[in-house]
Parts: sequence; structure tokens; C-alpha cells
Amino acid sequence: MTMLDTADLKGSAGRVMSRKRIVSFALPALVLTYLTYVFFAFGVPDLIAKASGTNARALMADTYSHKVHVTRDNRNGTVRVAIEGESKGAYAEGASPDWVALGEETIIDLGGGHIVTYLPANNGVTYNVPGYGLMTFEVSRSQGVIQNYPTGDIPDWVNASKNRVAVTTEAGRLSITRNRTEVFRYFVGWELFFFTLDSPYHGMGFGEVVSRAFAGEAGAIAQDFWTNKMWRHADVAWAIFETILMAFLGTMGGAIVALPLAFLAARNFAPLLAVRMATRRLFDFIRGVDALIWTIILSRAFGLGPLTGALAILITDTGTFGKLFSEALENVDKKQIEGVQSTGAKPIQRYRFGVIPQITPVLISQILYFLESNTRSATVIGAITGGGIGLLLTQAIITQKDWEEVSYYIMLIVVMVVFMDWLSGLLRRKLIKGGKDGH
Amino acid sequence: MVETTAGIRDLGSIQDDYLALTRQKRLYSFILLIIFIALMVAGFSVAGGRNAGSFWGGLDNFFDYPAELVIEASGKLSELPGHFVTFFPALIETVNIAAAATLIGAIAAIFLSLLSTRGMACFPVLIPVFRRIMDISRAIPEIVVALVLIFILGGGPVPAMIAIALHTAGALGKLFSEVNENADLKPLDGLASVGAAWGQKMALGIVPQVAPNWLSYALLRFEINVRASAILGFVGAGGLGYELKNAISWGQGRYDEAAAIFLLLFITIIVIDQTSSHYRDRLTHGAKSERRA
Repeated sequence: MTMLDTADLKGSAGRVMSRKRIVSFALPALVLTYLTYVFFAFGVPDLIAKASGTNARALMADTYSHKVHVTRDNRNGTVRVAIEGESKGAYAEGASPDWVALGEETIIDLGGGHIVTYLPANNGVTYNVPGYGLMTFEVSRSQGVIQNYPTGDIPDWVNASKNRVAVTTEAGRLSITRNRTEVFRYFVGWELFFFTLDSPYHGMGFGEVVSRAFAGEAGAIAQDFWTNKMWRHADVAWAIFETILMAFLGTMGGAIVALPLAFLAARNFAPLLAVRMATRRLFDFIRGVDALIWTIILSRAFGLGPLTGALAILITDTGTFGKLFSEALENVDKKQIEGVQSTGAKPIQRYRFGVIPQITPVLISQILYFLESNTRSATVIGAITGGGIGLLLTQAIITQKDWEEVSYYIMLIVVMVVFMDWLSGLLRRKLIKGGKDGH
Repeated sequence: MVETTAGIRDLGSIQDDYLALTRQKRLYSFILLIIFIALMVAGFSVAGGRNAGSFWGGLDNFFDYPAELVIEASGKLSELPGHFVTFFPALIETVNIAAAATLIGAIAAIFLSLLSTRGMACFPVLIPVFRRIMDISRAIPEIVVALVLIFILGGGPVPAMIAIALHTAGALGKLFSEVNENADLKPLDGLASVGAAWGQKMALGIVPQVAPNWLSYALLRFEINVRASAILGFVGAGGLGYELKNAISWGQGRYDEAAAIFLLLFITIIVIDQTSSHYRDRLTHGAKSERRA
């Protein structure tokens, strides 16, 4: 008898084990098959082949460095020095950083022995590369770029054709076309982050700026920093504020609209099945339409801007909050309401003192959680509806020029989200603990 | 006697104190409410001031666009099935982006969460490191990663998938590690005593305990990711969102296509929400009945 039982048990245990073994192999196999399918459905091999290494390198380099352009217009011979080649970062006429000597001949010291000289005659350029030799170029209207190299072969870091030459070395980059000759020199750091060239505080040390601030120039310093044309600190601060504003208005507005509706969807507060079903389907519909579609419909009606973004968050959250709040309401304890009722409380008072205190912790923690996650949504929605830091980020990426601005915005967004996460966690702990003490 | 009168006096003062306290509390709540209302009103007026269109003007033509869509689409009702067929591949792509991202993100989250839970971590010293990795990948909005990757890789589903997967790894990792913290560590000791390696301990000791909750969170994340993948498509990452953007920018005369995409997206989200909530319900209730037994 016992023998039979153990044999039976062993048999069933063996079956269970072999089924588990199949599952433990089949599941990873299934996942792998699916991922392989996706790999080819998304055209990953093709994508890897086409991925732009130059873009990635430009992005990486630009995030921590900037370049200064020394440009000669080959039609009239004027030489201009500008940070990132932008007019906002241009040095005044005749002024230049100390590694550029302006004059009849413009001598540009790229460091490490790399010297580029702009010659006055025939738009001539010489570039002395240490360990290689002196290259000379001349630009002529009829013949394009005339090139002379110290060796017979053109080295692979020179990209030359009849009308265009690009020399890329570890010190910088020289590019010559018929119309312009340009030298880029790269520097580590974000240029002009605090003050632009036209500000008297540009190039001052931190200590000197602080001492000037104490000497009564604090207002002027703040003004120069705040209105920095290159980095637009005032606009960026406003954009961050706008994003948080969208999240705040959307979350709070959604909660305010959803709370009364949630009573209509809760089994113990809405005795009429039709009302309950109608409200629930309304919540399902709002959530199903999705933030993207709401955003599009709203931006048609309200135009582009932060209000549209706030309303899109508000409507989407009404659906989610409605569902969550009605679930919280269905879980309230009847006894507390009866207790309040036994003192002769009217319905409004019953809700105020019997129901609301019970669901407050759930409400607060949900609202604060959504406030944090909506800060992230507001960044995305802002990119579509044209408001806040999301818009600045997409604009900076679309222009594909100033990647240090992109990395600056990304950093700000991450800091903003982490801050909101921290704030919502802090408030959640404080308020919910306080709420418990109070009741 | 003296004591009793003192007691009565005390009762009176207690009542006064209590009422004063209540009044104070009510005053504070009232002030808070006023501040809150002022914040909301000021916020809406600031946001309204920066908007291209006004709130009340917008409210009037809120239904204009949906109405135009519906009218034009209902005029071309016979073409809708054709559009559904046309845009079905895009829908599959959107769902695939979400599914692949959830899968990859969940696998990463499993390792991250196991490595960052005390008692399970393979390298206990590195727990804070893995926690910070999760925090950061959770904090970066998907659109940021997607836009940067679109610049490097070009438009298409892969940037969106990577972006969503990265965010999912952080978000699910946090939830998974909360689940892990409630798991029983005794099976680990048992497995360690028979000489199991870290991977075996996790796979045989922890995963069976937490798998239902993990799966439930992953399904919830899948719902969220379908929406995210539609939105990212709108900024150029392929799928239904991209088709929607094109259909909208064509404007009047092509509204039937926009309506078809709206409908497809709506139906997909509803179906996925309902299915996933059904299975999540079964997973958590199943877990509950097992625990009771």
C-alpha cells in the first residue's frame, strides 16, 4: 500500500518536474523567438548599417565642448572670430582671443605646434602640421582651391576635391571653399554660459564677480546672466516653470473633476446601476481615447500653448483618477459613516466627516504620484502642443546645431523630474502621516 | 469636593481648548483652500495667457474638430475598412514597439531589482549603484532618449523601443524590488546549503515566489507603453502615431484616414486594457488564494 503510494507520488512528481522543465525551456525560447522576429521586423541590421557615426560623435563632443570659428570671407578678405560661428557669440570688430593674431596676416595658433596662417595675397592659406609639414592653399575664382602638399600623396585626414578642402587634425579643423576659409578650434566646456562677450563680466573669475556683486553690481550681474542671449536662462527657467505648471494644473484639475464623478461610479454610493455603468464607461472612454488623441483634439480647439497641455493632462487624468477614486470609495468602512449618521449628521456632513477622511490618504498619495509622473508627460505633451521645456528640447534637436544646449536641457529635465519625485515623496510622507495623526 | 470642582472647571477649559483648536484647524484648512484656489486660478490664467487660443473661445469649438471628423468619415464609411487594412501594419508596429520594450525592459528590471534588494544581491556593496541606475533611467523622459536616438539612428521603431525599454527598466525595477522585499529569504538559505550558485538561488528560490506579481506589474506597464509608443510615433518614431501625424497634417478631405487611425488606436487601447486588467486580476487573486491555502 505504502509502496504503491510512493510510486504514485514519484510518478506525479516526475510529471510535474518534466512539465516545469519544458516550461523553463519553452518560455525563454518563446521570448527569444519574439525578439528575433522584432529584430528583423524593425529592420535592425539595416539600421545599424545606416546609423550615423558622425552624428553620434558630434553629439558626444558637443555635449562637453564648444568650438570657435575663425572665418575669412574670400570675396572681401574680412576675418571674423565667433564662438560656435554665431553672431550672438561673435567677437567685436578687431578683437580676438589671444591665440588668434589679426592683422595683414592672420596667424591662428591651434596649439601643439599647429599653425594656420591666412595670407593676404590670392586668399592664401598655410597650415603647418607638426611631423608632416607645411601645406599651402590658394583660392582662385576660376580654378577653385589650388593645393600644395609636402608629400606626393594626400594623407587620409585631408578630404580634398577641386573646389573644397577639409583638413581634420587633433588640434582642429580647416575648411576651404571658394567663398570662405574657416578654422575651428575645439575647447572643453560650455561657452559663454554665464556671460556673453558683450557683457563686462565676461572672462572674469568667480571671485572677482562675487566681489563686484558685493560692491553694488549684483543687479547688473544678475541682469547680464539672466538675459544671456546664447543660453537664454530666463526663457529656460520660464519653460521649466511652464512644464511644472502644466503638470500641476492637469493633475489637480483632473482630481477635482474626478472626485464628484467617482461617487457616481462607486457601488456603495450610487444605487442606480444605470448611472454607475454610464459613469464607468465614461471613465473607460476618456482613458481609452488616450493623451495623444486628446492633445490633438484640444490643440485644434484651444490653439498651441501650455493651457492646451494642461487640459490634455486634466482630461486624461480625470479618467484614471475617476477609476482609482471610485475603487477607493468602494473600500470605505461603512461603520464610520454610520457613526457620524448616529449623531444626526445630514448627508453632506456624513460625506465630509465619514467618507472624506477615510479616502484622503489614498487621494493624496495618488495625486502626488501622478503629479510626479505628469511632469514627465508634460515634457512630451509640451513637445506636441508647443509649451515648456519639451518644446525647447525638440527645437534644439531639430536645428541640429547646438548639442550642448540639448544636453543642458536634458540635464535640466532630469533634475526637474528628480526634484518632483523627491517633492512628491516628501509631501506624501508628511501629509499622510499628518492625516493619520489628525484622525 | 475641591477636586471635583477643579475637574468641572477643567472640563470647561478642555472644551474651550478643543473648540479653539477646531476653529484654528478650520481656519488653517480655509486658508489652505484659498491658497489652493488662488494657485489654480492664477495658474490657469498664466497658462491661458501664453496659449495661442483662449479658453472660452476654445470651449465653443471644442467639438468642431471631432464633429468635422465624424461627419466626413461617416460620409466615406465604405472606405473605412480599407483604411483599417492600410494602417494595420502601423498598428502592429506600435504594439510591437510596446511589447518588445516591455519585454526587454522587464528582463533588465528583473536583474536590476534582484541586484538591488538586500538579502538577494550578488554584490551587496553595489546595491546603491544599481538603485541609482534605476532612478536615473526612470527619471529620463522617453521623448528625450527617443529624440536623441532618432538623430543618431534615423527615424523608425528602434529609437522608440530603446527609449521605452530604458524607462521601463527603471520603473519596473523599482516595483519589482518592492515585491522582492516581501519575498521569503528562507528558500535562499536552503539552496545555499546545497551549494547553489547565485543564478540558481534566484531562479529556484525567489522567482517562483514573486513571478505572479512581477507579471502583473509588467502587464500594467505594457498598457502604459502602448500609449507611450503611440505618442513617440507622433514625434517621428514610426508606427500608428507617425501615420496619425501625417493624416492630420493633410487636413480636410483626408479626415477619413485620421478617423480610421483614431478608431484603431482607441480600440487597441481598450482591448489591451481590458485583457490585461482581466489577467492581472486573475494573477493577484490566484496569488491570494494560494496564500490563504
